[in-house]
Amino acid sequence: MNLRRLWAIMIKELRQLRRDCVTLAMIMGMPVLQLMLFGYAINLNLRHLPAAVVDQAQTSGSRAAVQDLLASGVIELRASAQSPQQLIDLLRQGRISVGIAVPPDFERRRMDGRESIQVMVDGSDNVVQAAAVQLAQYPLNQPDNFHAQTEQPISVVSFYNPERRSPVNIVPGLVGVILTMTMVLFTAVAIVRETERGNLELLITTPVSRTELMIGKVLPYAAIGLVQTSVVLLLGVWLFRVPIRGGLWDVYMASSLLILANLSLGLLISTRAKSQFQAMQMTFFVFLPSILLSGFMFPFDGMPRPAQWIAELLPLTHFMRLIRGIMLRGADMTDLLPDSLALAAFIVIMLTLAIRLFHKRLD
Amino acid sequence: MTDTAIHARNLTKRFGALAAVNAVDLDVPRACVYGFLGPNGSGKSTTIRMLCGLLTPTEGDIEVLGLRIPQQAEALKRRIGYMTQKFSLFDDLSVRQNLEFLATVQGLSQRAGKARVDDLLRWYRLDDRQQQLAGTLSGGQKQRLALAGAIVHEPELLFLDEPTSAVDPESRRDFWEKLFDLADDGTTILVSTHYMDEAERCHRLAILDTGNLVADGTPAELTAKLQGRTYLVRASSPRQAKDTLASHPDVLSVAQIGNELRVLTRGSNADADALRGCLDGTNVTAEVTSVEPNLEDVFVVATHGQARREEQLA
Repeated sequence: MNLRRLWAIMIKELRQLRRDCVTLAMIMGMPVLQLMLFGYAINLNLRHLPAAVVDQAQTSGSRAAVQDLLASGVIELRASAQSPQQLIDLLRQGRISVGIAVPPDFERRRMDGRESIQVMVDGSDNVVQAAAVQLAQYPLNQPDNFHAQTEQPISVVSFYNPERRSPVNIVPGLVGVILTMTMVLFTAVAIVRETERGNLELLITTPVSRTELMIGKVLPYAAIGLVQTSVVLLLGVWLFRVPIRGGLWDVYMASSLLILANLSLGLLISTRAKSQFQAMQMTFFVFLPSILLSGFMFPFDGMPRPAQWIAELLPLTHFMRLIRGIMLRGADMTDLLPDSLALAAFIVIMLTLAIRLFHKRLD
Repeated sequence: MTDTAIHARNLTKRFGALAAVNAVDLDVPRACVYGFLGPNGSGKSTTIRMLCGLLTPTEGDIEVLGLRIPQQAEALKRRIGYMTQKFSLFDDLSVRQNLEFLATVQGLSQRAGKARVDDLLRWYRLDDRQQQLAGTLSGGQKQRLALAGAIVHEPELLFLDEPTSAVDPESRRDFWEKLFDLADDGTTILVSTHYMDEAERCHRLAILDTGNLVADGTPAELTAKLQGRTYLVRASSPRQAKDTLASHPDVLSVAQIGNELRVLTRGSNADADALRGCLDGTNVTAEVTSVEPNLEDVFVVATHGQARREEQLA
């Protein structure tokens, strides 16, 4: 490998990138946009669900019970209804997510210790349903202890994210998601684009070696990946007060591993794809399982075995464990050696395959 | 060091059932401008790509600059320049950046590379465009840039695949002057074209037709073989005369050039008298004279199978 040739390729890539305004905008815009979307919009602690109430008892006790539920902040009165049937209609129309019905015999049911309030839920959204279940366990502030049996005998203490804020959980993972989305795509189109523009026929008639070409294409984007990582981390800390409990060095080491793993995977795609469009499709083929199976959205341990096996093959899964460990639990790379090694192995295998499968020939 | 730059025997490339190049034998002497003449799809590009080591031949032996191809293709790549049919420099890099990239990649030191790029920019009249993006150049400028890029490292052998297909006649003439300068300095040049006037300029020539090498030699040798087979007919009604002559069994082709007809016969037994006799039967008055054969006639004879087919289709 000749370092001057490698350098020439890297400079060429960076110069071409500088002229490509769309890609440049994507590099900076994507982390910011994603962070805003995931940080603000995705909030698993629901509040202000639209609700309606039918109080057929109209006693002081029933009114107090309804006020208590509203005071929880989970639901917000949005519509009025005269009968339980109207509640069902409102639910079907999607105008409310929660309906609360107080039956006419509220007081007698309360005396008997039977269920005295019915909460109807739009079950088409699991998260809403879970919120409603939470609501039903809300201890009503009553003089007598008719709700005493629902008081929780077990208390849950949350480590590392006691306030249960979603951004704390999402931002570290988001570094990985953004790096997977952009890095694979950049190199996936890298070689196909040269083929489509006719540049490859020129390049392969020069003494440039396969390794020089591949590494020269990967390294400039690795630098860009580290810039993206910094943007997400800075915004995460600044806007969402996400803690970085482990060392900053470890965070960047883990990110570098993921960046190189994704770039190598992209190169491999690029040597196989026939067109830029095909390269993009293949990228999505990798991207979707990464999002769903890596533990970013759903806990890894809850997935069936075969899904876990697939997940172990994805770089994002290992990165997810690394980055959450480092940022939230204050672990370092040696605490998480298996995942670091898995990523390193992934890089070596993908890069070797990409270099092997690329030929300086047209057939 | 031998006198032969390229030596190929039985060179064949098949894509599935299609033989793009079929058992071609080729000998290209050093420091010579060697032309590949042939219609589109005749296998010119495929042959050039096999000679560069970009395509693996299905059959045959190639030796270029004393190296066995495709086995020693990597060593060859340091010694050849290749100008592709389609502009293949980077549209989104400037003229200077393109040349500097190629200089570095070809192994020139920073100082030597800079000096070489300065020289090339001056020689190829691109110095006032050096900061311009290559993609925004005109056809002639792009072509000069591509040639400059192909000779950055002063290759011994230069492959040019239809280099002038996208430029005006003025630029074409200018371009050929540059090629002869290079050949004068000892560079061997293999250039493909479908222009007769360009073929005429080559030292030696090979005519390809549907993957077969149908003729080769110097332009003079090739035209000499057709001595006594070409005639000029001045007729009172050229269209009618053309139809009459074309139906004659010994006439290979009749082409109208202005008010005259250029007639190519199959052999010397169809002479001027035979042509006059053929026209006597009609009410056309005609004057028949013998003319010197040119390369177009050579081309028609060599590829007449295809020419006939196209004529029938037309």
